[in-house]
Amino acid sequence: MRYIEQQTVVKRMNGRLIANSIFKYIFLAATLIALLALVILLYRIVTQGAGHLSIEFLTNFASRFPEKAGIKAALVGSLWLMLVVAPTSIILGVGSAIYLEEYAKQNRITTFIRMNISNLAGVPSVVFGLLGLTIFVRALALGNSVLAAGFTMSLLILPVIVVASQEAIRSVPGELRDASYGMGATKWQTIVKIILPAAIPGILTGSILALSRAIGETAPLIVIGIPVIIQFLPAGVMDTFTALPMQIYDWSSRPQQEFQTVAAAGIIVLMAVLLFMNSIAVIIRNKFDKRY
Amino acid sequence: MRPSVQEMIAQSNGKKNKKVIEKIIPIILFLIASVSVLTSIGIVLTLIVETVTFFTRVPFFDFIFGTTWLPFSNKEAQFGILPLIVGTLKVTLIAVIVAVPIGISAAIYLSEYASENVRRILKPVLEVLAGVPTIVYGFFALTFVTPVLQAVFPEIKIFNAISPGIVVGIMIIPMIASLSEDAMSSVPKSIREGALAMGSTKFEVAWKITVPAALSGIIASVVLAVSRAIGETMIVSLAAGSTPRLDGDFTGSIQTMTAYIVQVSKGDAGYGTTIYYSIYAVGFTLFVFTMVMNILAGYVSKRFREEY
Repeated sequence: MRYIEQQTVVKRMNGRLIANSIFKYIFLAATLIALLALVILLYRIVTQGAGHLSIEFLTNFASRFPEKAGIKAALVGSLWLMLVVAPTSIILGVGSAIYLEEYAKQNRITTFIRMNISNLAGVPSVVFGLLGLTIFVRALALGNSVLAAGFTMSLLILPVIVVASQEAIRSVPGELRDASYGMGATKWQTIVKIILPAAIPGILTGSILALSRAIGETAPLIVIGIPVIIQFLPAGVMDTFTALPMQIYDWSSRPQQEFQTVAAAGIIVLMAVLLFMNSIAVIIRNKFDKRY
Repeated sequence: MRPSVQEMIAQSNGKKNKKVIEKIIPIILFLIASVSVLTSIGIVLTLIVETVTFFTRVPFFDFIFGTTWLPFSNKEAQFGILPLIVGTLKVTLIAVIVAVPIGISAAIYLSEYASENVRRILKPVLEVLAGVPTIVYGFFALTFVTPVLQAVFPEIKIFNAISPGIVVGIMIIPMIASLSEDAMSSVPKSIREGALAMGSTKFEVAWKITVPAALSGIIASVVLAVSRAIGETMIVSLAAGSTPRLDGDFTGSIQTMTAYIVQVSKGDAGYGTTIYYSIYAVGFTLFVFTMVMNILAGYVSKRFREEY
């Protein structure tokens, strides 16, 4: 008795092999669609906006006339925003991560904090805007200042920094810790002099990626009432300001066709800032990767 | 003579401030860690308090069952949220139709077919796609996708649900692809090799072995992506319009919950007006939607995980 009917197997084999090769290309095509979308997006924006890019575009304030419209206030405003967001979010994020990884006992409070951080990461950014509007703008009376926007953004990116820092701290080998304790160092000395220096590349990479999210985020700024047309630069953190994505949003939503070009030029500037930040993150990651 | 190490340790242990530091630092760090908890409490309290004020002016049932959203009407403002929810769901539906097949196919390709080199190129590209600010996607939807759609289907208006839906879909592809790929990569190699040894083709291994085994992770990734699509703001603000409506039309202007919040924030809704409080009620509804999705994703990936 033959267990395998050769005829049947051969007949079915063809179909299976054809399906196999067809689907391989379907899956590849799907992946390439995502790639294609990115290429089209970048190509469109560069071809639309490159013509408007000039030194004047970077040094002019916003204007009613598209040909005179510049991005100075927004660019400087975004830098001011980062000046608040970077220290606030990194101190809060790294502090939380150190607590959770080094000090927290395995109890309900710790589990609650962990769960809470992962839930916070799923809250839409526009809702963070509502929080900022109530707490920072109104309750603490910060108005639509750099400080109010900066605090709101810091809370928005906090979960990202906490998770990245936790991973970085966790990947520091236990021997380093043991050796430090063995030499008589206290816990805090070990953290400051051994663990943090070893974890800093991971922490920095995660933080820069989080900050680049904050630079491109628009919705919370709109909700807390950051203005768009500003003809001066902020002199301090209590001054009002505008930011790159706000300015781009304003230009994109204007009906005149000319402003689309200006918006595209603004997007090029924003993407250049993001590219710069991401390259720093990649350089840090490659330079310090796998030291242990 | 130099002091011995033991003496030095004894000496430094005698220093008071060092002990104090060791005691104070954990407390400070605990306070820092509780900022995230305070943030959550802040979000929930803010939304609840302002929403309750809203409900003193607009009856609760009129809000959740009302079929007309006419907040800016001078005569008789109406706050029935259903049109905004329907608008959000329209965009989300199209995003899911675009992103789920592409995202999961890309995940299968990356985890089952791609060589290490190809993966090393494709994964960063997906990361870049995930890092593009949503305002840029919004601009793309308004100035490229909509005109292209209009060229093919002339009945589509300048503001519609389809174009932002497609672009939100593109935005969530990386999320589905990378989370699903993680789930598929964690399926043990031995199972795949077993199937291959039995004479399965690569496609059969992917479709009948890997995907079912990683299904909980794949579904969780889709649910998380849906949550992201619901909360997406800038793409719909720029490209979907501001016409809340309760019908099945995808080709004309609609309004989503997020876009309404932006529309009101952009204008000058005076503090204390009903319109001002309405953005909190809408925000609260949005928050509930995304929370339910996030909890569901966590539940699915825990409850239905295949353990090997």
